[in-house]
Amino acid sequence: MLSSLLAADPMLDTDDWWSQVLVWIAVKVLAIFVIGLVATMLMVWFERKIVSGMQNRVGPNKAGPFGLLQTLADGTKLFFKEDLLPDKADKWVFRLAPFLAFVPAFLLWSVIPLGGDFSGDNDGTVTWGGVTTRVQLIDAPMGILIVLALSSIGVYGIMLAGWASGSKYPLLGSVRASAQMISYEAALGLSLAAVLLMSGTLSTSGIVDVQDGLLDWHIVSTGFIPFIIFLIAMTAELNRPPFDLVEAEQELVGGFNTEYSSIRFALFFLAEFMNVITMSGILVTLFLGGPQPLRIGSLDFTQHFDLRLFDFDWTIVSDGNYLALFGPLSGTVWFVLKTLIFLYVYVWFRATLPRLRYDQLMDFGWKLLIPVALGWFLVLAAIQLGRDEDWNIVAVVAGCLAVLGVSYLLFNAALVVARRNREREGAAY
Amino acid sequence: MEMIVFVLASAMVLVGAVGVIVRRNPVHAALSLVLTLFGVAVHFVALEAHFLAAVQIIVYAGAIVVLFLFVIMLLGVDKAEDLSIEPFPIQRPLAGIVGLGIAGLIIAAIVRGRDALREAGEPLASDGDQNVQALARNLFEDHVFAFEFTSVLLIVAVAGTVLLTRKVKKPTAGGKAAE
Repeated sequence: MLSSLLAADPMLDTDDWWSQVLVWIAVKVLAIFVIGLVATMLMVWFERKIVSGMQNRVGPNKAGPFGLLQTLADGTKLFFKEDLLPDKADKWVFRLAPFLAFVPAFLLWSVIPLGGDFSGDNDGTVTWGGVTTRVQLIDAPMGILIVLALSSIGVYGIMLAGWASGSKYPLLGSVRASAQMISYEAALGLSLAAVLLMSGTLSTSGIVDVQDGLLDWHIVSTGFIPFIIFLIAMTAELNRPPFDLVEAEQELVGGFNTEYSSIRFALFFLAEFMNVITMSGILVTLFLGGPQPLRIGSLDFTQHFDLRLFDFDWTIVSDGNYLALFGPLSGTVWFVLKTLIFLYVYVWFRATLPRLRYDQLMDFGWKLLIPVALGWFLVLAAIQLGRDEDWNIVAVVAGCLAVLGVSYLLFNAALVVARRNREREGAAY
Repeated sequence: MEMIVFVLASAMVLVGAVGVIVRRNPVHAALSLVLTLFGVAVHFVALEAHFLAAVQIIVYAGAIVVLFLFVIMLLGVDKAEDLSIEPFPIQRPLAGIVGLGIAGLIIAAIVRGRDALREAGEPLASDGDQNVQALARNLFEDHVFAFEFTSVLLIVAVAGTVLLTRKVKKPTAGGKAAE
């Protein structure tokens, strides 16, 4: 009963509860808490530094080496600022909202496989200090649905913050935010369904486990389109540029968090940047094999990657597996490397792409992303069914393309007719 | 352990449900509803129905109540209503009768169906993925027509709503719409 509530973790199959399991759970929780906060701090620094590099500026460079401690200084400053409570605010909801944004952001860490050894029969577990466990706080049977649930709870934080402020601009910001997040959640869910179709399981460690080599990574096996849709929809979910209409300074003063100050503002800020990291982690878990090493066929990059450049005694490395150096953490190294790629991509988006207009945002989400995601999902399902039933794969693909073509033409015709009707009625948009 | 979870989750459900009725501010009422939905999700997890728990949060808390709040915000009805004005005088006694009737029906259903409730029954599927597969088989094999008809019903409802809320503007002689 209890073990199924907590996790399907081999660590829990023991009677030695107090000395072993609870200590390890406490260690994991503490580690995730600390790593989460430190990673968020570094992410803020990383973003400011990269953006300033792209804009030919220096960026933060005063506090600590390379300005690394700038975020810490800013955070400390925020703590000591006055905590304002607007007169017209709904006091109870105003105080609740930052936590509704912050807690789901933190909880997301718990379901991501942050490391582990998925080779052979290891099933994502590592043995460390005599305990066999996952490098993951909970491996819930519905792990990936928990991600969706938490991201939909995150909407409440932003929505209620704007409403509870009792002022016009935050309300506008939060109405924009909730409309945008609900719209893009559909595309997000549909591209995620494509991954679930290929992996056949809902647990996050199970999804990682089926992505053995590069050709099994879902970015390849689902045919790139779901990956691209997921990346775009996720950027919109996170209200990151170019989808940051929620906090368009030129139009809304500051967006949903205009009336917030001090520690409450810091919580929103923290949640936003933490979400960037956790969602990148989710993306890596879903499409890039999470902590799995990069393997193409029999070629294993952990085995053949030549690290002899460094002056180091490599005799402790066994079987030519250089990452064995990190012991049980070698999966974590891969995970961090892959996640860093997407963190960079987000900063890159922010530095280069202009913000979308509101109607462009909605058109893009509803008229392009959702139909494409749905169509691609149906094609994948048809191919999967054809493979199971032993149909001619060429005929299946040709049939799919024909159906897709016809539905595209119909959809386009509907859009054209709708636009013509609107123009005839003289609508302004 | 099960007892503690049950008591806590039930407390969440009841506090939320009372809050929905008692709170005068519609936004607070909607938030109380979220609390109730979370409590029900905890009950689902305790019964090893993980999928239903996740769907409960994603669909009800994540989509439906968000839509409630969205409408409350957009229409600006988030002020406490003046309860002394009754647009429809008979509604209070009527609500009492309907409430009692529904309570009676539920109690009758529980009493009649008590045999179906087993004590500490084994879960149908302990593994998470088996759980989903059993549910999918039920929906898409045994009840596939009911499922499809429901989706048709939803589409008809959506199309009907769009049609009803559309303002038909009569074009004037110049081809421009009259406001």
